Amino acid sequence: MGKSSSKPPLLEFYKKMLLIRRFEEKAGQLYGMGKIGGFCHLYIGQESVVVGITATRIPGDQTITSYRDHGHMLACGMDPNGVMSELTGKKTGYSKGKGGSMHMFSKAENFFGGHGIVAAQVPIGAGLAFANKYRGNKNVSFTYFGDGAANQGQIYETFNMASLWKLPVVFVIENNQYAMGTSIERASSTPNLYSRGEAFDIPGELVDGMDVLQVYESAERASDHCRKGKGPYILEMSTYRYKGHSMSDPAKYRTREEVQKIKETKDPIENLQRVLVKNGDSEDSLTKIDHHIKTVIAEAAQFAIDSDQPELSELYEDIYVITDQ
Amino acid sequence: MDDEEILMPALSPTMEEGGIAKWFIKPGDMVKAGDIIAEIETDKAIIEFEATSDCKIKELLVEEGTTEVKVNTPIASLQTETTQTLVSATENKASRTNVTDETKKNITIDPKNSVITHQKEPLITVREAIRDAIAEEMRRDETVFLMGEEVAEYQGAYKVSQGLLEEFGGNRVIDTPITEHGFTGLAAGAAFAGLKPIVEFMTFNFSMQAMDQIINTCAKTLYMSGGQMNCPIVLRGPNGAASQVAAQHSQDFAPWFASVPGLKVVQPFTASDAKGLLKTAIRDPNPVIFLENEILYNDSSASSHLGSDLIPFGQACTIKEGSDVTLISYGIGVKHALDATVLAEKEGISIELIDLRCLRPLDYNTVFSSIKKTNRCVTIEECFPVCSIGNHLSASIMENVFDYLDAPVINCTGKDVPMPYAKNLEIAALPTIEEIQIAIKKVTNRI
Repeated sequence: MGKSSSKPPLLEFYKKMLLIRRFEEKAGQLYGMGKIGGFCHLYIGQESVVVGITATRIPGDQTITSYRDHGHMLACGMDPNGVMSELTGKKTGYSKGKGGSMHMFSKAENFFGGHGIVAAQVPIGAGLAFANKYRGNKNVSFTYFGDGAANQGQIYETFNMASLWKLPVVFVIENNQYAMGTSIERASSTPNLYSRGEAFDIPGELVDGMDVLQVYESAERASDHCRKGKGPYILEMSTYRYKGHSMSDPAKYRTREEVQKIKETKDPIENLQRVLVKNGDSEDSLTKIDHHIKTVIAEAAQFAIDSDQPELSELYEDIYVITDQ
Repeated sequence: MDDEEILMPALSPTMEEGGIAKWFIKPGDMVKAGDIIAEIETDKAIIEFEATSDCKIKELLVEEGTTEVKVNTPIASLQTETTQTLVSATENKASRTNVTDETKKNITIDPKNSVITHQKEPLITVREAIRDAIAEEMRRDETVFLMGEEVAEYQGAYKVSQGLLEEFGGNRVIDTPITEHGFTGLAAGAAFAGLKPIVEFMTFNFSMQAMDQIINTCAKTLYMSGGQMNCPIVLRGPNGAASQVAAQHSQDFAPWFASVPGLKVVQPFTASDAKGLLKTAIRDPNPVIFLENEILYNDSSASSHLGSDLIPFGQACTIKEGSDVTLISYGIGVKHALDATVLAEKEGISIELIDLRCLRPLDYNTVFSSIKKTNRCVTIEECFPVCSIGNHLSASIMENVFDYLDAPVINCTGKDVPMPYAKNLEIAALPTIEEIQIAIKKVTNRI
């Protein structure tokens, strides 16, 4: 992807964001049908964050996030069939059905998970950046976590080391306002998460995470900072999740009106759609894109449903890399 | 005027002897409290040694450069106008039953296994063995690096990483802040990205801070990723009781880690095994927990000639063959087992002694074959008694070779208490030679 001086590929952003939204809607549907089990955390409402950030990746850059990870995988270029199959616990899934929604990885696309323990991915993300620095390349690790994780101790252990060793890591805080059912005001003594790096001399900015263009531009600034060897950077993305924390969350901690108001005024896809139409894309062409994406997702769902469960022998595979001994 | 003496001080919980690296005083000098009178070299560091009260030096009893001076040996005499001693006598550290040197003379070590004797080579300590293993693997593979608290400039809290910073530089020998949870996660990330970190925990007690990253990240990611993302990391450091460092610093975590699929767990006894197994650990593409023991770092019973370059995991070592009772142990437990072996054989009981060396994967075949021969078994380890490795072995032996048993298996372990501080209580909290002797007599129906 180009530098901020070049024209941002807004239509590509639109396609990716729509792909994530339609994927998540389908995942919610399959969960309701009992095709997906366990925990399933949907990304609807936050699509602009990962799409804007990921557009600045160069080959070799890494992405790592928490358990709300479906959008990140699709943004990184992972195959919807493989992701959906994993959600349904099938052998064709990215983890052969052994990881599920929260634990998926793709070495080929430099996606390092998919981590189920709140904040555990943050030191790991710094470790990916450590490897970049060790090897002397220009790559950056994009390490995502939420407003809930922001209060975990290991975040600050990581901030300290990342700044001390000038590691090329962009910390993307996806502040979707609720840590499960606890609003940021009720959980954080200081709600300005972008300033949490001040004590470690890490610059931070607050970004409207619902605006993909602003996200993209901030990611360019942050990754440039890292690539120049200046150390880590914090981007706090102000965003909002439309669905509950997970599928089993009735979301009684917020009003219907609050959600509705965000959907009507801040929806990242609808807002981008308006920009595209203003810039000359026809509504008809955008509808065609949506139809195509719906077909892709329907096929992914069918592929997942039709795929076989893992063989029972798979139970004992992949515990160790087999060595000669 | 009373003649007093300065004694070789104990400058660490496990120090048994030291050297006079340098004297700063000569006979006739007047010394004030707080003056530095000598540099004492221990196996961990060179430490400046201060006078604790004003005095006049009469004679230096040990020459500069002398090494291996036992703790509490007089090193200088002095004249003082008070009856205060310059250095208060330190507690005698030699309170553990110590028959291991005798053991080494009496036990013929099986040359087929790892404790091979190449008599031309000098004995090396476990500490040297570990350092050499790290250095050799770092020379061989530039993706291998060492990180941890005080591993670089301080040369290791237990002097294990001595000289490594000088040879490999600060990019590969990395001092971390005191932040186990954070740096273990960071090292795991570096491993996912293809590097091979060796993480030193100053002691495994502090690994508790990092337990989530060890179990949930290092051990499970390969499985959760369907085989895509392996974690080639070595987590190493001293484990188990040291000497009078009490409950929070004295615990053997071997069974905890050994219960987790996805981890490999090693706890060597001899220097040769430490080196060969650590080299294997560093080359292994999986996460390896490498449990050392502070007492064994410089212990003569564990020092050895070097054997095989690489020792495969999952192969126990039959240190000694015998016909009456199988003793199974690992790590420092082997030291106790060796001592018990000498005493048992004096009473005509033939002991077969197995050092497991590796707790995951575990060498069941060697254990079962031995039980089939001796029909009796005692296990020895320092961990807590509930859910010990011995418990697991007892169950496995019962399930697999029950018909060969002539007596119930007895597990000798640490006691079911937090480690106390007082020396006598600490000794009682660990498995004692007497307890092992009783167990051996019980399984042979002698009591």
